[in-house]
Amino acid sequence: MSGFWRRFATNRGAVAGCVVFALVLAMAAFAPWIAPGDPWSMAGPPRTDAFDPEHWLGTDMLGRDVWATIVHGARVSLLVGGGATLAAVLIGVSIGAVAGYLGGVADDLLMRFTEFFQSIPSFILALLIVAIFQPTVGSIVVAVAIVSWPPVARVVRAEFMSLRSREFVQAAVVLGQGTWTIVLRQILPNALSPIVVLSSFMVATAILLEAALSFLGLGDPNVMSWGFMIGSGRSTIRIAWWTSVFPGIALFLTVLSLNLIGEGISDALNPRLHERGAA
Amino acid sequence: MTPAAFAAFLARRLMKAAGVVLGVVIVAFFVVRLAPGDPASVIAGQSGAADAQFMEQLRRQFGLDQPLPVQLWLYVKGVATLDFGVSHRVQRTVASLLVERLPATILLTGTAFAFALAAGVALGAIAARRVGTVADSVVTVLALTFYATPIFWVGLIFILVFAVWLGWLPALGMFTVGADLSGLAAVADVARHLLLPALTLGLFYMALYARLTRASMLEVASQDFVRTARAKGMREGPILRRHVLRNAILPVVGFAGVQAGQLVGGSILVETVFSWPGVGRLAFEALLARDYNLLLGVFIVTSAMAVAINLVTDIVVALVDPRIEVEG
Repeated sequence: MSGFWRRFATNRGAVAGCVVFALVLAMAAFAPWIAPGDPWSMAGPPRTDAFDPEHWLGTDMLGRDVWATIVHGARVSLLVGGGATLAAVLIGVSIGAVAGYLGGVADDLLMRFTEFFQSIPSFILALLIVAIFQPTVGSIVVAVAIVSWPPVARVVRAEFMSLRSREFVQAAVVLGQGTWTIVLRQILPNALSPIVVLSSFMVATAILLEAALSFLGLGDPNVMSWGFMIGSGRSTIRIAWWTSVFPGIALFLTVLSLNLIGEGISDALNPRLHERGAA
Repeated sequence: MTPAAFAAFLARRLMKAAGVVLGVVIVAFFVVRLAPGDPASVIAGQSGAADAQFMEQLRRQFGLDQPLPVQLWLYVKGVATLDFGVSHRVQRTVASLLVERLPATILLTGTAFAFALAAGVALGAIAARRVGTVADSVVTVLALTFYATPIFWVGLIFILVFAVWLGWLPALGMFTVGADLSGLAAVADVARHLLLPALTLGLFYMALYARLTRASMLEVASQDFVRTARAKGMREGPILRRHVLRNAILPVVGFAGVQAGQLVGGSILVETVFSWPGVGRLAFEALLARDYNLLLGVFIVTSAMAVAINLVTDIVVALVDPRIEVEG
């Protein structure tokens, strides 16, 4: 494991990603202290230019401070990113494990099901789910999870298929260990590393999805989000570009940092494959 | 591939495509069904169009007095005959709205897909050819950047830079309003309007395909037949073009086909940003008006589009790759 950390620490992109992501985490955790007050309420004169001494990222058409909305918006991005990824990993691991361990007809059916979800426009499905169940943080997490699990299922299935026939698993079968014990104690721990790599990319994708939903007006109306700010500044982009531009940069940096971390983990886990890029 | 084998492949692939579309219709049916309240009130309730006649019409469309399997059957049968119900907002059939908007979306997504694939493969090939050099790093950074940028934000930045600040290209719509052009001038006008949206939609996927091409080429380049070609004294250029790229490109095209659904889904965002008069913009309008019948229609039709693109790329790969026959 120390080899892993050494390799990870020499990857400049991954370290930079960690620093940026730590800043975003801190921003979300300490939002009420960094930008006190309600981000929705008027903080200054409407449409203050960016780089104003009072409001250094400007204010929007309703006088909301853009910096404050970015600080508070980090919360829902991370919440949805983390929550949806956790849920998607649970779904994906269950389906992939069953398919890979049982094989045969179950595998065939489950993989068709997975392929189905991969080939449809998942963004529109997410949109439909959030619209019909009303936009709340909960429904957004569920919708994002429902469209994000297929890659996990495929990876876990492949791992389970190859691990199932390995000697240590067969030894466990001979020892009389139950199926659950074998799956949870023998196979799953050995399949963890690709799941970890995939998860950090999935948090990034989930954050982008949440932003896209809020951009179209399907965000939780009670929480400030980056997608909402970009969307609300859209019609006034000609006269107040900063309203949309800065939340977009926050979004970009967060997603980029997560992708860099994911690649760093992937390279550090598979030092020989590192020139192959992410799957 | 022999004609008979190809026919069998085509038949199998068409069955699969039909299966996916059927699955989408069933998912659409159950999404509405799972929401609290009966579908008529779900669809009519939030739209503020709960007059008795409309509710009655919805109840008939969904067959709400029938048992659930019959309801599902009625819904599938309706969609199969292109009956998606009525959009209460504009009082027209959903099918007629979709037909009207579909060409614009096909033009946009088709252009974006072709651009993303061509540019992505080209960039990936350059990076793989010069792996470890400045060119490789530039491609890697470009790919990382576009892969992390939300496409709706890219669209806004393009509008800001190329339409507002520089004034080079039109920001919104598909035609110049009131210009009344014909012939080549009209084509050029649409092309000018198409450029920014297609680029916006394509850049993210270009990044994805560039990374895949690079990885795929490096993998193929390490195989024995490439070493043999090199040992024969073949020059590096022809080796890359004829042996490496040819083999590396197939999985990329195959993956791009599977991913087509994501690209079509992204068109909602791009069409919304650029007011492009396609199905995606229709979905946004439906969303604002809580017009669920229309939204369901968009979901089913865009899924069918994604399935069609996937089908075409699979056929292309099968025709190009002789190994498919062996794999069956």
